[in-house]
Amino acid sequence: MSESDIGLKEEIGKSIGISGRTCYPIGAVYNEPKEIPMARLEDMPQSAEHLLSLPCPEYDATPWAEGPPLHTRRAAIISTAGLHARGDRPFSIFDADYRVIGPDISTGDLVMSHVSTNFDRTGFQQDVNIVFPIDRLRELVQEGFIGSVADYHYSFMGATDPEQMEDTARKASVLLKRDKVTAVFLVPV
Amino acid sequence: MEAEGLPTTQISLIRPHTEKIKPPRALWVPFELGRPLGEPNDPGFQKRVIRAALELFNRPSVPVLEDFPEDAPSQSIRGAGEGAWACPVSFSQEEGADLREALHLEVWQLSSWYRMAYVKNVRTTVGVSGLDIRVAAGLLADLALGVEVENPLPDTSWPSTLRLAAEDVKAYYMEAVTAQPGQTGTAKEITDWFWGETKAGEVLRALKEVALKSDDEEMKLLGSLLLVPRAQAHLGVR
Repeated sequence: MSESDIGLKEEIGKSIGISGRTCYPIGAVYNEPKEIPMARLEDMPQSAEHLLSLPCPEYDATPWAEGPPLHTRRAAIISTAGLHARGDRPFSIFDADYRVIGPDISTGDLVMSHVSTNFDRTGFQQDVNIVFPIDRLRELVQEGFIGSVADYHYSFMGATDPEQMEDTARKASVLLKRDKVTAVFLVPV
Repeated sequence: MEAEGLPTTQISLIRPHTEKIKPPRALWVPFELGRPLGEPNDPGFQKRVIRAALELFNRPSVPVLEDFPEDAPSQSIRGAGEGAWACPVSFSQEEGADLREALHLEVWQLSSWYRMAYVKNVRTTVGVSGLDIRVAAGLLADLALGVEVENPLPDTSWPSTLRLAAEDVKAYYMEAVTAQPGQTGTAKEITDWFWGETKAGEVLRALKEVALKSDDEEMKLLGSLLLVPRAQAHLGVR
């Protein structure tokens, strides 16, 4: 999928500002964690200390956008699993770019070039929906739970400084809005 | 994206991270890394996860972080099932074979299982390097043994070529070993088997040591972080 096919070039260079949506102060509604969460980190003792030591960006406010009723929403997947079509350029270390997964790509052609070795890939090997639930979203449309599935989805490679991904995330936002997406489903790995 | 007017909801795999970042809508799930939708080939379970995440759009205020209440079915057999899975492939080795020859024999012995897996899954995840699996395996063995060879991907750095070749070899092995119907090995059992009981795992551990001694910083990074998982680093060490 080339950028020119989806008109990205005309969007490059446009300044993109904050939309002016109301930002709520931090600490609005956070359910108290049940017993389960810390037990799951204890399930991965070799990784827990590393994971908890990773720096996380913190923000003064949480911007948020409203949307239409859920059963009418158009959903797109944003994955951080480093997915792309076989033959497409693999992700590299510190890669902040995304790959487009469009209607011309079969799920059978998706491969994963995420640089980290510290997560399970056997699930993806058995079922693409474990990280890219495109078939499940389509079934939810048939069930009337959501309105439609976007034509284009995007994958980033999660082992990158989030601040380095801001520009490409904003570019992806332009494309998502062009695709009339009203529900972005962010799926980590 | 929210600032751009795009409503988002997300899966959270590491709750403490989400608590710090405070996105507007997040569903924490008790699943292992790499399985954000919980259970492969279980559409009903996956849709319960997705519904729970999408229903956060109906919450009256943000930020909201809720917990998905179910464990993935295969996670519930962890511990009790430890050691219950056995690799269905019986590797035989030739007397006196060196590491490269032993690796090639393993790749060959897995080939019919890999084909069976391809028919069963109607797909494969092998192919990030674009190399034939025998070429990828041979390349890893050559570099691990200190044999000088040409980079088959001249537009790619050596560390990247080796990383991509390693990903393909791992995928080949793990897809092959789950080809048989009824093979319910957990992710940990399969991964431990690869790193602890196969020549491929041995080759990659040897390659890690070679990479760590390199003068090239990218190669050192490959050795230190990008070849052997932390959870399996202790396996096969003699």
